[in-house]
Amino acid sequence: MLHLTYLIILLPLVGFGVLLAAGRRLGDPAAGVVATCAVGASFVVSLGVYLSLLGLHQPVRHYGQDLWTWIPVGRLQVHAALYVDPLSMTMVLFVTGISTLIHLYSIGYMKGDRDYPKFFLYMNLFVASMLILVLGSNLLVTFVGWEGVGTCSYWLVSFWFTRDSAASAGKKAFVYNRIGDVGFLLAIFLVYDKVHSLDYQYVFAHLGEIGSANITAICLLLLVGVMGKSAQIPLFPWLADAMEGPTPVSALIHAATMVTAGVYLLCRVNPLLHASPDAALTVAIVGAATAFMAATIACAQQDIKKVLAYSTVSQLGYMFLAIGIGAYTAAIFLMVAHAFFKGLLFLGAGSVIHGLHDEQDLKRMGNLRAYLPVTFITFAIGWLAIAAVPPLSGFWAKGDVLDNTWAAHPALWVVGIVTAALTAYYMSRLTGLAFFGSDRWSESGDDARQLDAAHAHHADGAVSEPHESPWIMTVPLWILAFFAAVAGVMAISGSNFSLANWVDPVFGSNLYQNNLSSTALWVLAIVDAVVAIAFVAIGLRLWSERSEHPALEGSFLRAAWYINELYDAVFGRPSERLAAFCADVVDPKVIDGAVDGVAGAFRGTGTLLRRTQTGYVRNYVLGITFGTVVVLGFMLTRMWWGG
Amino acid sequence: MTALLGVLVTSSSHPTIPDVGVFAVSAAIVLAGAIGVVVARNPVHSALMLVMTLFGVAVLFVLQQASFLAAVQVIVYAGAIVVLFLFVIMFLGVDKEENVAAEPLRGQRPLAVGLVALGTTGLLLLGQVSRWTTGQPHVAGSDTGAPNVNLIGKSLYTTYLFPFEATSALLIIAVVGAVVLARRPPSATSSSEVEEADAALDAAPDAGSVPGPDRSAADPDRPEAVTTPPGDGTGDAEVDA
Amino acid sequence: MSISPSWYLSLSVVLFAIGALGVLVRRNVLIMFMCVELMLNAANLAFVTFARTLHDIGGQVLVFFVLVVAAAEVVVGLGIVVAIFRRRASTNADDLHLMKG
Repeated sequence: MLHLTYLIILLPLVGFGVLLAAGRRLGDPAAGVVATCAVGASFVVSLGVYLSLLGLHQPVRHYGQDLWTWIPVGRLQVHAALYVDPLSMTMVLFVTGISTLIHLYSIGYMKGDRDYPKFFLYMNLFVASMLILVLGSNLLVTFVGWEGVGTCSYWLVSFWFTRDSAASAGKKAFVYNRIGDVGFLLAIFLVYDKVHSLDYQYVFAHLGEIGSANITAICLLLLVGVMGKSAQIPLFPWLADAMEGPTPVSALIHAATMVTAGVYLLCRVNPLLHASPDAALTVAIVGAATAFMAATIACAQQDIKKVLAYSTVSQLGYMFLAIGIGAYTAAIFLMVAHAFFKGLLFLGAGSVIHGLHDEQDLKRMGNLRAYLPVTFITFAIGWLAIAAVPPLSGFWAKGDVLDNTWAAHPALWVVGIVTAALTAYYMSRLTGLAFFGSDRWSESGDDARQLDAAHAHHADGAVSEPHESPWIMTVPLWILAFFAAVAGVMAISGSNFSLANWVDPVFGSNLYQNNLSSTALWVLAIVDAVVAIAFVAIGLRLWSERSEHPALEGSFLRAAWYINELYDAVFGRPSERLAAFCADVVDPKVIDGAVDGVAGAFRGTGTLLRRTQTGYVRNYVLGITFGTVVVLGFMLTRMWWGG
Repeated sequence: MTALLGVLVTSSSHPTIPDVGVFAVSAAIVLAGAIGVVVARNPVHSALMLVMTLFGVAVLFVLQQASFLAAVQVIVYAGAIVVLFLFVIMFLGVDKEENVAAEPLRGQRPLAVGLVALGTTGLLLLGQVSRWTTGQPHVAGSDTGAPNVNLIGKSLYTTYLFPFEATSALLIIAVVGAVVLARRPPSATSSSEVEEADAALDAAPDAGSVPGPDRSAADPDRPEAVTTPPGDGTGDAEVDA
Repeated sequence: MSISPSWYLSLSVVLFAIGALGVLVRRNVLIMFMCVELMLNAANLAFVTFARTLHDIGGQVLVFFVLVVAAAEVVVGLGIVVAIFRRRASTNADDLHLMKG
């Protein structure tokens, strides 16, 4: 089955092609069904490939498929080639699996939208790009997927482009990604310059030729790329704005897949990170700082999706913290668990928004557990998972990360545990505001509402009762809830489900071994559990009855530490001034001036030379005589001195 | 004359007194004539000075054993070309004196004198430096001893036949061109002149002479001068720049 | 015949110079024309001298042709002068400056 690996990418691409050609004709809901089937088929194939891979034994549990020679230019030989190993298959499985569920969900969520087929077209292309990114066997193929997901993210975030905020959010996402891409590109150039190949296995085998300083540089440049794609400090502001896109987009791209591309990339280049402890420490510190900062911001957000967005940034910070330490498996564990429960949370939020007729403001929700029971139950599972309440998956995954952090850098562990507390707190705040308390949504309905424009079928403008979502939206919720709950089994080492058994060999000796005693592990586990449960209780207590606590929602946090204003002042305004300068001064005076100046010079010279054209024949004869004298002089000098 | 000169001018290698004398006199005539052409105020005087120069040059030709050319020079140049000049001067009636002293164009005269002086010195120096004149002068093509005319004729009709024919064509074209250029364009004035001429004929049938243009405006000092009526020609307005 | 050719050539040079000066200085078109004839004569003189020096009759043949061409030139040139005079009643070269840039 391994030789069918290319189908994993091809099937969503075919879906994209079909929708491109016939999407309009297929319409609602056929286009969505086609797209879901394409991705579903891809998931089935990836299951087959996974099983085949499982059949291989260590250490040959990998498979390379060279599709064609892409760039044969001198020393640069790049093949369009795929590489299948436990790391890439893990990514492929949860990407295709969760994508299928979200496609299914979208069939119901996007019903009635004017551009229904276009949505699924972009979604399929996105899945194909993500799979290219993950299955690529060299840096350039990965980069193709990297760019592809960025582009699809831009299209999908600005899907309702008639809205100014959506259009500019898409642009913001793309620009921030682009800044990161510069780092990625520079890393590619540097790698090529040193080893003249971009193939992962080749590069890892020739680390010695690169030199440690260059390795650090490459890792830091890749980190810049990751900062853009995975929304770490300082390139994270785009993710919150990207919530302008439809909720399935937020669930798929900005929770489960695109933002995890950075995690995948750093895991893939683990030999490079292992060879550069400085870069690895930088990664860890960036991750920890981001986790903390984002968590604080999430505590004060009012929009349900923005809370989840900053939560994503925060959890990604944890993953990078783990990677920086070298605990790759822990990072992957958290990534998979996070995909489940964050996807679930987003889809649940979508269900809430859908049920409340496009209301996204937490302060205008309340007591929804009475009206949206299924949504509440599944959402609650996600909430408790992310808060790391045992025995749900989040507890094991986050615990894994924190255990390794304690063993490696206790200072960072403190940051981690504080962030965990905040996570539990703000998620409880969100759940309390949305699902508990009084029916705030029924108070004064003539305020402006957030427009999730898919809901054209809700014709009534009155504040009607919130309604539960249809089965096509709740089934994915149940499935994801199930996995969010039980994914913790991956932590049981030695079992069939053990993630460590599956993925550890990819990293070999680069993997960090924490060597903690079982006592220490127990203590840490208990600390994690206590913190989680305590802050869940605190959050729920504070926010399930009352919806306002001004002291806890400071404007500094609400405005995301004023980072957008900072960037605007440091980069935005000066760029605008520079552009204005170029438009008003450089263009008309310098460039036009140069061109006009040349023309003017010619005109001036011409006017000057015109004076020789007097019209008098005798003057012209004088000219002839002058010329003759010059020629004579020349001949004389030649004869006299040149001979 | 030619034979006489031929006797006088021998093939010795040293300049003899007759040689130098003849040369000096002819050179003086030539230069005097040339300066006269340039300096004379009246165009007719200039033409006559030109004739003098041409005669001097003819003598120099004879000195160099180019007797045929000397003859042709006198006949064609002095006899035809200068006559043509004079004819046109009289025809147009421009034999008035010109103010030579004034020079309307700025800087023309000093520059002209300067450049010409420079050029002359340059050429003369070049002559010295490049040694134009090496070896003994010969009589051109004198090996066979044939007279100059024979030699020229032979060369003209064999080696240089094509240029010869071409120049004859050139002459015809020149004549045609001159006729075209100089003819009077057909206009009301000319037909009225023809009518005037007819009327004059009728009035004085015994005159016997071809009625010419109006003589009433003729200058009494120079009854020979033929003046064309003013305003002749097409009568177009003058276009001034 | 035993006069060195350089004398003839020097005379030719001076004659040419005087002719050139005449063209430059005089304003009457007819006199300018005559000065051109002077220059042609200077050239003829030089040709004949060189024919003698180089022992080639071609020089004299060339003078012959120069003569013919000069004649043709004078014919046409004077025709032009007549035509111009008809228009402007002036033989002043300075009056013909329509081509002024």
